[in-house]
Amino acid sequence: MDTVALNGVNVSDKPEGLEGAGFFATSLEKVVGLARKNSIWPLPFATSCCGIEFMATMGAHYDLARFGSERLSFSPRQADLLMVMGTIAKKMGPILRQVYEQMAEPRWVLSMGACASSGGIFDTYSVLQGIDRIIPVDVYIPGCPPRPEQVINGILQIQHLVETESLRRRDSPQYKSMLNKYGIE
Amino acid sequence: MESSKAEQIEKIIAALKEKYEDQVLLIESPYDFLTVSLRREKIVEIIDYLYHHPDTQFKFLTTLCGIHYPDQNSIVVMYQLHNLVTNQRIRLKIFLPENNLVTPTITSIFQGANWMERETYDFFGVVFEGHPNLTRILNVEEMIMFPMRKEFPVEDQVREDKNDMMFGR
Repeated sequence: MDTVALNGVNVSDKPEGLEGAGFFATSLEKVVGLARKNSIWPLPFATSCCGIEFMATMGAHYDLARFGSERLSFSPRQADLLMVMGTIAKKMGPILRQVYEQMAEPRWVLSMGACASSGGIFDTYSVLQGIDRIIPVDVYIPGCPPRPEQVINGILQIQHLVETESLRRRDSPQYKSMLNKYGIE
Repeated sequence: MESSKAEQIEKIIAALKEKYEDQVLLIESPYDFLTVSLRREKIVEIIDYLYHHPDTQFKFLTTLCGIHYPDQNSIVVMYQLHNLVTNQRIRLKIFLPENNLVTPTITSIFQGANWMERETYDFFGVVFEGHPNLTRILNVEEMIMFPMRKEFPVEDQVREDKNDMMFGR
């Protein structure tokens, strides 16, 4: 969905719907998707160098605020998106899982970089070989570390998922059984 | 009146041999680092002796760790001590056979040995008798191996994206 400039302010384009004099009708799902998509609060779980790259992404040059994500939430309870950035040692695994469990639905997970996604170069007894062994992941960003442009692309992928997600997906038995596979709830 | 390094080392060796000559297995100096291999039985007594003797005064424990020698079927516990007055260092080694990895703790002399001994237990499985809390310190508690011993593979065995053809595992 494109943005249109209105008096110098960028505003999201309206979703598909019926339009007439003085009214606009669309589905609730599309409105909720639109609102959620442009106000994602990320929780940065930064353990190593990918975290530094994320700081650059949040900085003025790349400016993640342009995509409605300027407000980082350092409390999992208010966060929509868990961004896991960096090597997760096996000893850190239960802590990451607890942070995920503390987040309220709907919640999304972004795995940034080779280490979080697969263990990366740390093919060793002490490192978790990918966070998808303990929590479900929505979007993976490859790279070691990924450039800020890739992080922004990852956020855009998350935005696409958020926008198009059905309002009832989180209540579905498929979703519940998926969580059960990770031993959550 | 500062004595030279060589004289200091001679004094240390003399002090050690004065009481524990039968315990000394080997004295060497690799990379100018005085290293003494000892019998395992009286290690705590010897460290305590080196702490208090006026010619040695090794009152600081720099580090303590394990070393695995698989060809000798033994694990070494290595102590590095430091005399902060004369800036002299010494390394002590005791050899434990793989089937009897037990040695007394030195936490009664150096409180700082507490975490170092836990680390040595964590990675080599050396049991320090009398240690106040001998549990794993760096690895996850559920771990069933001692990863720094050579018989355990360094690589994580559940890794899926590396196959033998491509990575020679």
